[in-house]
Amino acid sequence: MAHFTKPKLATSGRKKKSIPEGLWTKCPVSGEIVYNKDLEENLMVVPKSGYHFPIGAAQRIKALIDEGTFKEYDRNVKSADPLQFVDSVPYPTRIARYEKESGLTEAVICGMGRIHGIEVSLAVMDFRFCGGAMGGAVGEKITRAVERATAGKNPCIIISASGGARMQEGIFSLMQMAKTSAALARLSDARLPFISVLTHPTTGGVTASFALLGDVILAEPGALIGFAGARVIKETTKQTLPAGFQTAEFLLQHGLIDQIVSRLEMRDRLRDILLALFVRQTGTETKAPAAPETAATVG
Amino acid sequence: MDKRAYVLEFEKPLRELEKQIDELHQGALESDHDVSADIAAIEAKLEETKKEIYSSLTPWQRVLVARHPKRPYAPDYIAALFENFQELHGDRQFRDDRALIGGTAMFHGQAVMLVAQQKGRDTKENIVRNFGMPNPEGYRKALRLMHLAEKFGLPVICFIDTPGAFPGIGSEERHVAEAIAVNQREMARLRVPTISVVIGEGGSGGALGIGVTNRVLIMENAYYSVISPEGCAAILWKDRANAAKATEAMKISAQYLFEFGVVEEVIPEPLGGAHNDPAQTAAALDAALRKHLAELLPLSSDELVRQRYDRFRRLGVYTETTT
Repeated sequence: MAHFTKPKLATSGRKKKSIPEGLWTKCPVSGEIVYNKDLEENLMVVPKSGYHFPIGAAQRIKALIDEGTFKEYDRNVKSADPLQFVDSVPYPTRIARYEKESGLTEAVICGMGRIHGIEVSLAVMDFRFCGGAMGGAVGEKITRAVERATAGKNPCIIISASGGARMQEGIFSLMQMAKTSAALARLSDARLPFISVLTHPTTGGVTASFALLGDVILAEPGALIGFAGARVIKETTKQTLPAGFQTAEFLLQHGLIDQIVSRLEMRDRLRDILLALFVRQTGTETKAPAAPETAATVG
Repeated sequence: MDKRAYVLEFEKPLRELEKQIDELHQGALESDHDVSADIAAIEAKLEETKKEIYSSLTPWQRVLVARHPKRPYAPDYIAALFENFQELHGDRQFRDDRALIGGTAMFHGQAVMLVAQQKGRDTKENIVRNFGMPNPEGYRKALRLMHLAEKFGLPVICFIDTPGAFPGIGSEERHVAEAIAVNQREMARLRVPTISVVIGEGGSGGALGIGVTNRVLIMENAYYSVISPEGCAAILWKDRANAAKATEAMKISAQYLFEFGVVEEVIPEPLGGAHNDPAQTAAALDAALRKHLAELLPLSSDELVRQRYDRFRRLGVYTETTT
């Protein structure tokens, strides 16, 4: 793939990616200076180096979905505090802060919309809200997005950006992994495609559930993707981590993901994959194929 | 009682009383004094202190009991509760993971498939068992055995006892997260009855990777948590030493999990923990497994799959306003 320059990869001293603020931004790979307005127009991808800065869920949806076709669902599903959890501050105080700082109601936005005319159920995570951590609200919203796809016979697309499970909801967070995975079993039984898109970063419990259950798994270049944290692995094993460990490029080589796709090409690529797996063209109309007769004999 | 049983920090008073008894015994051997009355008095105090300490264990102390080096492990329960265990090795892809074992066995005349995480008793065995932390091939072996069970109509019983899936380079290179994710999805649609029991440590995704079952049971002193108390403390309190605080905040003890609906039953342990009376513990587990299996066996495959889906579907707390 020669559409972008391969980023320099390091396991230690990885620069913390955040959405740039101010007038201009320096590319951490090439050092080139980019005006933020240009960067935003280019979906936060540095034009020359191809470096991907994080992007919010709303911008992502705007870039992926046919204009005027997105309908948000479950906006009112929000985090509760089942454990009355307090560390340095009470958990509800943290939630209120994330809401204020991110302008989001939760770490995922879900809805229905069209990609080049193909109706899909979409869930897009946003790392800015509590590091994209999955608690009861995120788990419920993602489960509903999958169930919506199953009920409406639509493909499901989930774009992940998450540090993992949300500790402040304890065991309930862990159970979201089982819940979302079980919902995907039903989607799979219905022979509807699930495309999982991994973005920087996708780690922990989110990788150990829906994010790695895609029929097709795509990743953005340079994304950190892994189960255990690099520090934990180093401490446990006392080993030096290989170059590029837990990056999208490393995982492509190790057979986990199907393709690395630039954010700029994602919309077209999703269409191309859905055209093969799902859509059967009948004139101008598109519809889902009938499931084969053998559909009942799974597993 | 073997005094080496009192190895935990909070068992210090018991260790001291034991020492006093030993000294009296020793003294009695060396002189002609009758110390039996003294010994009886201290023994009575020991029993009393035991009751005091063990009947009011804090959540963190329970975690220490769950990790007790003498605690019964899966092979102990397998030997006590099952007959004709045929261990089946390997994931048929990479290698045989010794931290996660499995195979067929008979349970009161019923053929079952067992899947179990296994720790080692000593350093040598722990190296073989990887301290009970499975690699991806362990989860893939588990899934292979569960599919085998489904093919031949055997109920599946899983014993959960792991600090977590192994955080290692090879584990990541062979995609442990994918293996755990696939197990959850596939366990959700198994067409046979499935039961899991958290017998010691229910360490996060590593536990859940064999835990998506119709029934989830837990031993009284076991725990089941999204992250280890130490891990949570390191992140939220910036210090692993705050593990006790993190344990309490996360409400990971068995009784909480029962109240949350995360487990169907808490299986009682003898005073001080399962290791103080393994036979009694095994009997309690036997009764619980028989009961739950008897309830699941009459259900059709469709009912089992639906029941399991609904069970996990309702777990999770959130608010939803209508505007």
